[in-house]
Amino acid sequence: MSFNPRHILGIKDMTAEQLTFILDTAESFKEINSREIKKVPTLRGKTIINLFFEASTRTRTSFEIAGKRLSADTVNIAASSSSVVKGETLEDTARNIEAMLPDIIVMRHNASGACQYLAERLNCSVINAGDGMHEHPSQALLDAFTIRQHKGRIEGLTVAIVGDITHSRVVRSNIYCLTKLGAKVRIAGPGTMLPPGLERLGCEVYNNLEDAIRDADCVMMLRIQRERQGASLIPSVSEYARFFGLNETKLKLAKPDAIVMHPGPINRGVELASAVADGQQNVILDQVENGVSVRMALLYLVAGGEKLQAV
Amino acid sequence: MKVLVKSGRVIDPANKIDEKLDILIVDGKIAELAPNIDAGDAEVINAAGLLVTPGLIDMHVHLRDPGLEYKEDIISGTRAAAAGGVTSVACMPNTSPVNDNLAVTKYIISKAQEQGTANVYPIGCITKGLKGEILAEMGTLQTGGCVGFSDDGLPVKDGEMMRRALEYANTFGAPIISHAEDISLVAGGCMNEGPVSTELGLKGIPWVAEDATTARDIMLAELTGAHLHVAHVSTKGSVELVRQAKARGVRVTCEAAPHHFILTDDAVRGYNTNAKMNPPLRSQADVDAVRAGLADGTIDAIATDHAPHHHDEKNVEFAIAMNGVVGLETMLPLTLKLVGEKVLSLSQAIALMTCQPAAILGIDRGTLSVGAVADIALVNPNKEWTVEPAKLHSKSKNTAFAGQQMKGCAMKTLLAGKEVYTRS
Repeated sequence: MSFNPRHILGIKDMTAEQLTFILDTAESFKEINSREIKKVPTLRGKTIINLFFEASTRTRTSFEIAGKRLSADTVNIAASSSSVVKGETLEDTARNIEAMLPDIIVMRHNASGACQYLAERLNCSVINAGDGMHEHPSQALLDAFTIRQHKGRIEGLTVAIVGDITHSRVVRSNIYCLTKLGAKVRIAGPGTMLPPGLERLGCEVYNNLEDAIRDADCVMMLRIQRERQGASLIPSVSEYARFFGLNETKLKLAKPDAIVMHPGPINRGVELASAVADGQQNVILDQVENGVSVRMALLYLVAGGEKLQAV
Repeated sequence: MKVLVKSGRVIDPANKIDEKLDILIVDGKIAELAPNIDAGDAEVINAAGLLVTPGLIDMHVHLRDPGLEYKEDIISGTRAAAAGGVTSVACMPNTSPVNDNLAVTKYIISKAQEQGTANVYPIGCITKGLKGEILAEMGTLQTGGCVGFSDDGLPVKDGEMMRRALEYANTFGAPIISHAEDISLVAGGCMNEGPVSTELGLKGIPWVAEDATTARDIMLAELTGAHLHVAHVSTKGSVELVRQAKARGVRVTCEAAPHHFILTDDAVRGYNTNAKMNPPLRSQADVDAVRAGLADGTIDAIATDHAPHHHDEKNVEFAIAMNGVVGLETMLPLTLKLVGEKVLSLSQAIALMTCQPAAILGIDRGTLSVGAVADIALVNPNKEWTVEPAKLHSKSKNTAFAGQQMKGCAMKTLLAGKEVYTRS
C-alpha cells in the first residue's frame, strides 16, 4: 500500500492499516539512524517549520533532528502562545509563515483543534505536534513503535495508562492508536482527572492504579502537569504519588516482563519512583530514540515519499 | 389607508382562530376579520396558500446598538427580524454603554422608531453596569420603555442581590430575566461537558452550572412572589425545575432557543465556532427534554438569543471564540420543524412565538384581535430554502445552520399594516 496523507492531525481518523504502514516505514528509518552517517537526501530542498506555541524540548528537537536527517531545511519558531495577548491571530501568524513557502509546518499549540484550524486555512502540510488536550499523534505512534519493538506485537496486549487523563492529548491519541491495533487499553486516575465518556473512546476506566495495571503488558505513566491544572484537582503531589505513583511494589502487579513507559519529562518521586524510572523494565529512552524514526516516517510520508528502497 | 389580506389561513392562537379569513387593516390596525371581505378601495395582498399569523416576537435578541455596531445595529437587526417574520424584539442591555440609564433606553427606542423595521422593546439592566453590585433604576427605565430586566450574558452571582432584584422589579410589575449560570461551575469551560468534549479535548461545562442557578432563582421567585423568567433553558434539569415550580404555583416562565431544540453538541465537532454559544449545545437527552417542555407548556416562549459576532471573533481557536449565534432569520423554519415532527401543533408553535412572549413582557402585541396593531407575518410553511450566510440580513453571519436546508419562511411581513419585508 501507499499512504501519503496531506496532514497528520490525529490518530482518530486513521485505519489500522495506515498506522501499521507508518510503523513499518519508521522501521526503515530506524535502520538509517543506526548507521554511522545518519543522513539521507530524501527531503533535500524541502523546508520544514517547527512552529511551537508551547515550550517543548523533546518533541521539537525530535522533529528537528528527523527533518535534518532527511536533509530538509528546518527552522524553529517559538511563538507566543496567546494570540490574544500578542494581538495577531493564529491565521495571520500562519499566513505570514506560509508566505515564506514552507513545505510542512509542524505545530504545537495550547488550543485543542488549532492544527485542524491551520490545515483548513493553509496550502502546506500540517503535522500536529500536540494541540491542547486533543491529540499528539507522533507520540502515540512512537509509543506503539516502542511496544512493538519490545513485545513483537500490539494485538492482544493489555496497556494501562495512569495519570491526568483529562488534560492529556497523549492519552487520547494512544487510546485510538492502541485499540485500532488490537490492544486492550485501561485508564486510571483520580476522579478529578477522568473526563466523562472515556469508555466511548474504547477503553476501560479504573479509579485505582492497582486494578488497572494488574497483569498488564505495558504500564504507561503520565506526567502530572502542574501548569495545566486548577487548584482543586489533587490536594498534594505527595498524596498523588501515594495513590497513583508507580513504585517497585505496585509494579509487581503487572506481568513480570511488563514494560514501563512515560512520554516525559518525568517527575521523579511523583508518578514514577526513581527505582522504577531507572529500573530494568523502563523503556523511556527507547521511546525518545524511536521518536526520531517515527517522525522521519511522518515527514517522509507527508512529503510524498513512497518506497523506501530509494533511500 | 386600507389594506386587505385576502384568502389566507389565519392562525391567531390568542383568539383560538385557525380558519380561512380575510383581514381588513385600516390605519395600521386590524379592523375586521371575516370570510370574503369586500375589498372596496383597499390595497389587496393575496395570501392564498399562506399562513397569516401575528407578527412573531423574539423576546431575546442582542442588537449590539449602541457601541458594538460592527456586529449589528438597530437597522440591520430589525431588518433581519422582518426577514424572519419577526415584528417585535426585546433587546438585551449588554451594549456599550449598557442599558442601565434612561438615555440609552430612549436612544434605542427612538432609533428603532425612526429607522427600524420592527418594534424594539428594550430590556434594562438588573444591576448598574452589569456589575452585580447596585440595582439599576428599574422604575425610571420602565418609564422610558424597558419591559423587563436582565444582566443577560452574565448571571447575578449574589443570591441576596437576585432576591432584591426580584422584589424591586415586582414593585413595577416587570419580570426579571435570569441568565442562569454558576460561573464557578463553568470554570473556564467552552462547550457542553460530555463524551464530545472529552474527545475534542475541550473543557466542558456541566449541566449543573445551569441547573444550580435555575433552582436558586426559582426558589427566590417562590420566596418573593415575583415574576421570574428563565432565559434560554438548555438542560433536562432546568426544564424539570421549571415544570415542578409551575406545578407549585411559582410565578416562573421560561424560553428556549431553536438551536437548543435542534442541535446537540455533536455540532461542535470539527471545532465549529458557529456552534459555540452560552448556554452550550447539550446532549440528545437535553434536546428531547426541551422539546417535551415546549410540547407540555413548561416552556412559554421560543426566543433566539440572536447574538451577532464579527467574522474575526469567530475565526479563531475554539476556546477563545466568542459565544453566540444569529437566529432571527431561522427561528420560524426551525420552530415549524417541530410541527412537522409532531412535537407541537401549528397553533402551539405560533403561540410560542407570539401571544405567549407578549404576555411575559406585558406588551400589546402578538394577536390579530380587532383593534390590535396590524403586525402580521405571511408565512409559506412549505417553501424550501438553504441558509446562505452571505444572504442573511444581519450584519453578522455567525449562523449555526450554514448550508442547511430549511422549510418555511415569511413571504411578507407587515408592521402596523405597512410592508417591511417581501421575499424576492
